[in-house]
Amino acid sequence: MHAAVVVFPGSNCDRDLAVAFKSAGAKVSMVWHKDSELPQGVDIVGIPGGFSYGDYLRCGAIAANSPICRSVAAHANRGGYVLGICNGLQVLTETGLLPGALLRNAGLKYICKTVGLKVETTASDYTSGYDAGQVINIPIAHHDGNYFADDETIAKLRGEDRVAFSYAENPNGARDDIAGILSENRRVLGMMPHPERAAEAAHGNIDGAALFRALTGALQTA
Amino acid sequence: MKARVHVMLKNGVLDPQGEAVRHALGALGFDGVNGVRQGKVIELDLAEGTTEADVTAMCEKLLANTVIESYSVELA
Repeated sequence: MHAAVVVFPGSNCDRDLAVAFKSAGAKVSMVWHKDSELPQGVDIVGIPGGFSYGDYLRCGAIAANSPICRSVAAHANRGGYVLGICNGLQVLTETGLLPGALLRNAGLKYICKTVGLKVETTASDYTSGYDAGQVINIPIAHHDGNYFADDETIAKLRGEDRVAFSYAENPNGARDDIAGILSENRRVLGMMPHPERAAEAAHGNIDGAALFRALTGALQTA
Repeated sequence: MKARVHVMLKNGVLDPQGEAVRHALGALGFDGVNGVRQGKVIELDLAEGTTEADVTAMCEKLLANTVIESYSVELA
C-alpha cells in the first residue's frame, strides 16, 4: 500500500500519521500543498490534523482550495481512498467530499482528552478490524469539532450506514454524537478523533492501530 | 469599487459564541438581550467592472460555507 500524506502550512499531525501508516506496513510519501499532482500509484491520501493556513476564514476552507486538494478530489472521484483526521475532516467537508460542516465546540473550549468512541459500522476498509458496537478509546484535540448537517443529511448518513464512529459521551455538541463519517463508496473516511495518536505501545493506547492495520490489509489484497 | 460581504450562521444553527456574548452582556447588567448572533464582515477592494454576480460566486466558492452560513452582499 502506498500512502501519501498531505502537508499544509500549519499541519501538525502529518508525521504522526506517516508513522502510523508506516507501522502498518505502508510506503509513505509526504506531499506539499503546492504540489499539483499526487505521486504515481498512491492508494490512499491522508489529510492530517493541525491548523492548515492558521484556520483563516474557516477551518479547512483555504486548504480545500489549494492545488493539491484538486488532485485529492480527483483521486477520490476515481474511487481512491482518503483518510482525513481532525483538520483533515474539516478539509474534506469544505471540499464537498464529505457532507456537513464542523462548528465551534458547543462549550466553546478547545478539548484535548481521550474519549470513548463507538464503532458504528464494521462495513468499511477502515473499521473492519473492530467489532460492531465496540467502544474504543481515542484522543480528541479540537476547538471546532461540533459536527453539523441538516436533518435530511443525518438521516441519509444513518440510513446508508455511513456513520463510522460516534461519541460514547458527546464532548462537543456534534449532531447525533457523530465523530466520523464515510463517503457513499465508503472509501473516504473523515473523523475528528486521532487514531494515529493511539497506535503504538509508547502512546499508552493502541486502540487506533486496528484502523491502519485493516486498511493496509484491505489495500494489499485488493 | 468595494464590496462588503456579511456572513452569518444560518438560523437554526446554534451559535455558541453569540450565546457566550449574550451571557456576558447579562453579567454586565444589560437586561433584555434576548439573543446574540455573531458573524463576520469581509471587505473586498475590487477592480472596476466586477459584478455582483462575481462577488456572489466568491461567496459560494470560498467566503461562506453554505452548509452552515448565509451571506449578503453590499456593493459600494
